[in-house]
Amino acid sequence: MTITEDRAADAPTPEIGRARTRKEDQRLITGRTRWTDNIQLPGMLHLAMVRSPFAHATISAINTDEAKAASGVLAVFTGEDLKDIQGVNITAWPISADQKTPDHLPVAVSHVAHAGEIVAVVAARSSAEARDAAELVDVDYDELPAVLDLKQAATDSVLAHPGLGTNTSATWQLDSASGGTGGDIEAAIATAREGGIVIEREYRQQRLIPAFMEPRSTVVDPTGEQVTMWSATQVPHVLRFCIAATTGLQESKIRVIAPDVGGGFGGKLQTTPEEFATLAVARKLGKPCKYTETRSETMVSGHHGRDQWQKLTLAAEKDGTVTGLKVELMADLGAYAALVGGGVPVLGAWMFNSIYKFAAYQFNVTTYYTNKTWVDAYRGAGRPEATYGIERLMDELAVEVGVDPLEIREKNWIKHEEFPFTTVAGMTYDSGNYEAATAKAKELFGYDELRAEQRRRRESNDPVQLGIGISTFTEMCGLAPSRILGVLSYGAGGWESASIRMLATGTVEVVTGSSAHGQGHETAWSQIVADRLGVPFEDIEVLHGDTQIAPRGMDTYGSRSLVVGAEAVIRAADKVIEKAKPIAAHMLEASVDDIEFSAGRFGVKGTDKSVSMPEVALETWTCHNLPDGIEPTIDADATFDPNTFSFPHGTHLCAMEVDTETGATTMRKYVCVDDIGNIVNPLIVEGQVHGGLVQGIAQALWEGAEYDDQGTLVTGSFVDYTLPTSADTISFITDHTTSPSTTNTLGTKGVGEAGTIASTPAVVNAIVDAVRSFGVNDILMPCTPERVWKAIQKGGAVPVEGERDAQPHFDEGAPNQDPGAASPESASEGSQS
Amino acid sequence: MIPAQFDYLAPSTVQEAIAALAEHGDDAKVLAGGQSLLPILRMRLNAPGVVIDLGRIAELQGVSEDGDHLVIGAMTTYAAVLASGAVSTHAALLSKAIATVADPQIRHRGTIGGALVHADPAGDVGAPALALEAELVIAGADGSTRTVAAEDFFEDLFTTAVGEGELLTQIRVPKHTGWGAHYEKFVRVSHQWSIVGVAATVRSEGGSIAEARVGLTNMGSTPLRARSVEEALVGQPATDEAVRAAVASVADGTNPPSDLNGDSDYRKHLATVLTRRAVLAAAGA
Ligand SMILES: Cc1cc2nc3c(=O)[nH]c(=O)nc-3n(C[C@H](O)[C@H](O)[C@H](O)COP(=O)(O)OP(=O)(O)OC[C@H]3O[C@@H](n4cnc5c(N)ncnc54)[C@H](O)[C@@H]3O)c2cc1C
Repeated sequence: MTITEDRAADAPTPEIGRARTRKEDQRLITGRTRWTDNIQLPGMLHLAMVRSPFAHATISAINTDEAKAASGVLAVFTGEDLKDIQGVNITAWPISADQKTPDHLPVAVSHVAHAGEIVAVVAARSSAEARDAAELVDVDYDELPAVLDLKQAATDSVLAHPGLGTNTSATWQLDSASGGTGGDIEAAIATAREGGIVIEREYRQQRLIPAFMEPRSTVVDPTGEQVTMWSATQVPHVLRFCIAATTGLQESKIRVIAPDVGGGFGGKLQTTPEEFATLAVARKLGKPCKYTETRSETMVSGHHGRDQWQKLTLAAEKDGTVTGLKVELMADLGAYAALVGGGVPVLGAWMFNSIYKFAAYQFNVTTYYTNKTWVDAYRGAGRPEATYGIERLMDELAVEVGVDPLEIREKNWIKHEEFPFTTVAGMTYDSGNYEAATAKAKELFGYDELRAEQRRRRESNDPVQLGIGISTFTEMCGLAPSRILGVLSYGAGGWESASIRMLATGTVEVVTGSSAHGQGHETAWSQIVADRLGVPFEDIEVLHGDTQIAPRGMDTYGSRSLVVGAEAVIRAADKVIEKAKPIAAHMLEASVDDIEFSAGRFGVKGTDKSVSMPEVALETWTCHNLPDGIEPTIDADATFDPNTFSFPHGTHLCAMEVDTETGATTMRKYVCVDDIGNIVNPLIVEGQVHGGLVQGIAQALWEGAEYDDQGTLVTGSFVDYTLPTSADTISFITDHTTSPSTTNTLGTKGVGEAGTIASTPAVVNAIVDAVRSFGVNDILMPCTPERVWKAIQKGGAVPVEGERDAQPHFDEGAPNQDPGAASPESASEGSQS
Repeated sequence: MIPAQFDYLAPSTVQEAIAALAEHGDDAKVLAGGQSLLPILRMRLNAPGVVIDLGRIAELQGVSEDGDHLVIGAMTTYAAVLASGAVSTHAALLSKAIATVADPQIRHRGTIGGALVHADPAGDVGAPALALEAELVIAGADGSTRTVAAEDFFEDLFTTAVGEGELLTQIRVPKHTGWGAHYEKFVRVSHQWSIVGVAATVRSEGGSIAEARVGLTNMGSTPLRARSVEEALVGQPATDEAVRAAVASVADGTNPPSDLNGDSDYRKHLATVLTRRAVLAAAGA
């Protein structure tokens, strides 16, 4: 969608709104670029990691003699050898003052807490020799009982870290009554039990594995005055800070470079054991070292995502007006508290209430350790989980009330004229128009026709049933206002920084603290600066991801780069213009007050005299004739700290066909109408939306990390971790409505995670809707054909009126699930028998 | 990932390959398209000292006709089989099954012989080979050859009649000219091995089934042939009702695996649904 505005006929076509192809794509798509693994340094050594095959064990002895003697091997290090310099992988967000956080050593010294943890590092002349020698390292383990199931972890019957005394890491609560943002949840539920509606459900957010295209890789060169680390990371600046904070290296002695990075999806929002181990070995040996993981290593060592049980209690009046929501989450951190760690589920706290108005709300989360791979941010981080919970519940409420699920949403959502609106969770949404997005989506979808077809299929007992799923989502992104982060005890700010350097020949360098890893910042930032400074798109170079070039930055995650990072760029550009004005005035022999800047030229009001931005840049560079006392530069820096979040929203409609004979599901139609405010580049947005949708759909249908009883990851390769390809998806129908954000200059909202956040519940709602007449009201994700088929079998072919408990309630201890829902036991890990 | 070190040999005749196998014994592994072997080597699940690449042996490549048989060289790639008009005319079932294997890249490397010898019960070539009553020609250490019926070829998980020091050289497929064919493959994502697959080929006469052949993928440790179903189908009209009844017992006696894609009972259920669909499609219903 392009944004049309009335403009003068002779004005240059604005760059913002143009569907430009991405300038970075030639090098990224052909791969002829500086991926970390392409870097070769003189004398560089190659590392291989020795990893624990056990989920939980103590290390009693490590014999490295044979490995050390192997061909091409220079050294083999254990955790003991690296103890003093290896640092520690820290968590930035302890969610409570008394959070229990076990030390996470990059190379384990005496105790391993998940299969895949590093226990020794081999350095050799080639990666093949390093790999061969790694097989020769002989480690004696004393196996300990492993805790693998989240609910078992909560009982403390087996401990993931015996030294902690408990598996519970922390608890965190948001309560509308005590926070002053709303009423008392227990009262709301009690009232609803008397004559209203109470919906109680327990949903599972399965564990996912981020599947970025480029495996993680790190090169460390310790031979300069600064130690230089190249790494396939989303967060070079955060990484530098964490190295300085824990290894004894001064921050000023560390340079971190994220060269071109092939995707992350949150999976590279981490400071990894591998980075720290490579740094330690390079420093020990005084030689450049490289480590590049295999995909099998990514699967066990790169952090996983999601993994929650969600116990939800929704209170409503008989007519479907929601009066309150209580959320009780159990979140699996895996073996260690990762960088964002327990903060990920907390990010859901402000989102379970979503676009709805109700009076009482309470959010509770408890985080637990298990002997599985650590868990951290994955595209959406906390908000997909929340959106899933509330959007599944809204469908259940609609069934209970007996109305169309869109109607129940409309009854409860914030009306367009009510913006800005402060929610029961205390967030102020600046703008939105749920009515408009929904109306457009309904039309594009052919909602009424599909509902009619659904009825026909139901009545004719068609073996292929049709279901329609809805997700009217919002999310909070643009992380994050630093003050709020401070209140939440997050270990850093949420600002972003930019510099603009005006070169003598008229071209421009834009330095951004954002760290693109596939998003297209180079193109989008160029479009923004081209419009702002009136210089050609082609003359703008965007520099990022190197702490020496872009010294200040908070990097890229949480759909923050455009709304926070590009806002800093705009502010720097505006400073350039202000700094250039007196010089332009001097060149034009006019007063500064008479200078107007428009379309790249400084003009004198009421005359046709003007100079261009490049002319001012050259004049500044020669410095021969500048106004007295002026600093001879028009370069500028800006740092922007947002004072609120960004709240994109949208209506997603999904039609799924379910083959009731096999349980196979096929997507029939998917429409999304997102409102992300003004759009800088529609093509990039389209890419983000499509990719985001597929990742969310994949959670609903295909992906899930599964462990066996020993704690071995069964889905350890892409044979078993079933990622979709384009052959598995359909063409999506995407469109937009535009409610410009009122909190940033361009009126934009984040879009990087929207598709993923919205699509998962739309798909599951559609599948459940298709088979609800069989007595089914939930199916565990991923909704495999087997699960769908079994749900249909359990539900019984003919729903008998009154046979099902219309209002299930949580029993003491055991969550009440309707017939048809898979039981929690069969849902837990290791469901392969 | 990096395999352990091995020596690489690339003989240009079957004789040379057999000689190399004889020399290196069980330290050697034969390489065809590498689409199963290389992942195994890279994950270090196997570490042969010598890899013997059959890729340069011209006599193992291509499709030809020999009277009422098709003769397919063991090293013929899936893509080449798919491109063969002779195969689609005389053994349509094989074309249809191979069209479902993995993705185009893999079909351009993987070979029909490699697939048969690898004998993954979830692989898609075994069931059609059984249903079409193919014969497998095996070259032995002493220069002799023997021919084994598909029925006797698959012995167990990843185990076939091809013994140590032997090579599969040819697949001989009796022509099934004019037979309808369908391969019904059930997967969750497109590039997956079969959760269950059913290969059916049918000769119709005047609207009813004169002869039928049915092979099952991933319903046990080897591909299976459903003879009782084949017999029950003879003389039946190609209607949903008749076929449903005739195939109802197709899963009896099978022992399919249980894994993340489905447990054994679910696979048995799938087999009955998919067999009905495959037979009806093969019969043109
Ligand atoms: C991502 C992926 C997806 C796949 N999906 C499918 C699928 O959907 N369906 C399916 O059926 N298959 C699938 N495959 C497997 C593929 O079909 C393999 O190519 C096939 O199983 C083996 O054929 P190859 O020529 O690659 O054999 P290789 O891997 O080279 O060899 C396989 C084995 O057979 C032996 N061998 C090969 N040729 C001979 C011979 N002439 N004589 C004696 N021994 C021999 C080798 O020593 C080795 O042990 C997939 C593979 C991949 C990588």
